[in-house]
Amino acid sequence: MNLLTIFLSGMLINNIILSKFLGICPFMGVSTKLSSAVGMGLAVIFVIFGASVFSWVLYYYALVPLGLEYMKLICFILLIASFVQFVEMFVKKTSPSLYKSLGIYLPLITTNCAVLYVTLDNITQKYNFVETIVNSIGVPAGFMLMLVIFATIRERLDSADVPEAFKGNPIALVVAAIMAIAFTAFAGLV
Amino acid sequence: MSEKKVKRSFASEMILNNPVFGLYLGICSSLAITTTINNAIGMGVAVIVVLVLSNIVVSLLAPITPDEIHIPVYIVIIASLVTIVGMLMQAFTPQLFSALGAFIDLIVVNCIILGRAEAYASKNGVLASARDGLMMGLSYTFSLLAMAFIRQLLGTGTLSLSNPMTNAELFSLRLIPEGFEIEIFKQQTGAFLTFAVLAAAVTAYKNATDKKAAEKEKAAKVAAKEAQ
Repeated sequence: MNLLTIFLSGMLINNIILSKFLGICPFMGVSTKLSSAVGMGLAVIFVIFGASVFSWVLYYYALVPLGLEYMKLICFILLIASFVQFVEMFVKKTSPSLYKSLGIYLPLITTNCAVLYVTLDNITQKYNFVETIVNSIGVPAGFMLMLVIFATIRERLDSADVPEAFKGNPIALVVAAIMAIAFTAFAGLV
Repeated sequence: MSEKKVKRSFASEMILNNPVFGLYLGICSSLAITTTINNAIGMGVAVIVVLVLSNIVVSLLAPITPDEIHIPVYIVIIASLVTIVGMLMQAFTPQLFSALGAFIDLIVVNCIILGRAEAYASKNGVLASARDGLMMGLSYTFSLLAMAFIRQLLGTGTLSLSNPMTNAELFSLRLIPEGFEIEIFKQQTGAFLTFAVLAAAVTAYKNATDKKAAEKEKAAKVAAKEAQ
């Protein structure tokens, strides 16, 4: 039950985009088309999951015994950067077609603040290993859900009559504001 | 006359090349922490310090940094600086530190800082890089302040400022009577709406100046033709 709570609150109640304001840059950049939104979402789920597991192990089995907790920021960001690099090389070797469709988005994930936030959040919330895994699947699942919903809305927005100055990102932010209201309804879920 | 012109172009530079509303960099922190003016100033100062120092260090190290690993090197420099700034804030301004929460750590992935290191500091001298960091940091702080001003005014009805060291209130001014605040501006929705309106205003200003420049060019062309 507790695990389900962590999953649902990560995915819906504390949605990383609408209530934590993280990962907005890729959210604005990639959500213009449904296909790229799905690709980006899957890549983020994979990277957050991998980076969280590795950073949890690194923190509790290397940094804590050595008394180097204050180094976590530097260690985690390096870990994320090298993990993204590794994923990029792996995908390039094993599945060139997937690499082509994800290509540009993969390296950008390093600077996605959602990834760094989830790895740090697992430590500050004092999650154990299983809870870390559940949290690091739930949060990016919420990210992907938002990307997909948003991409479909933006495809419709293209044909809408929007005031000149609001075209592009500003109207997308207005849509996000309205969605934030809708998502507050999930607060009563748990 | 000429001084006035320079001043105006400085202000319009601030608006046109604004990293937040013009280029959509560093949006996350500007949405999240702009509930009060205090937080906005604290975050702005932290980013200015990190940005100036990282630009200085990057421009010093650029000649000896191997090209293949320059991004990881920059990230480590920035992460170290952010850790230092975070520790200082925790020690001297604990209230502010807890209000800003994880967003101090997340300065590491603020695109503005890595972006300036990559685009400017790695190619320019130390002094020019420090100046660039200061300018960028100031215009980032300026954007945070604009958002915080609107959100705090509409959300709580008061404008207030307090000393981050002692947490004593410096001044507080109620502009909207109690009961008439618009609560929603304190929440996420208000953040998105404020940002959208400000970004649209910047776009409108940009469109207007572009149009003016195009008209001027056209007039100049016509004048040149008539002269012929």
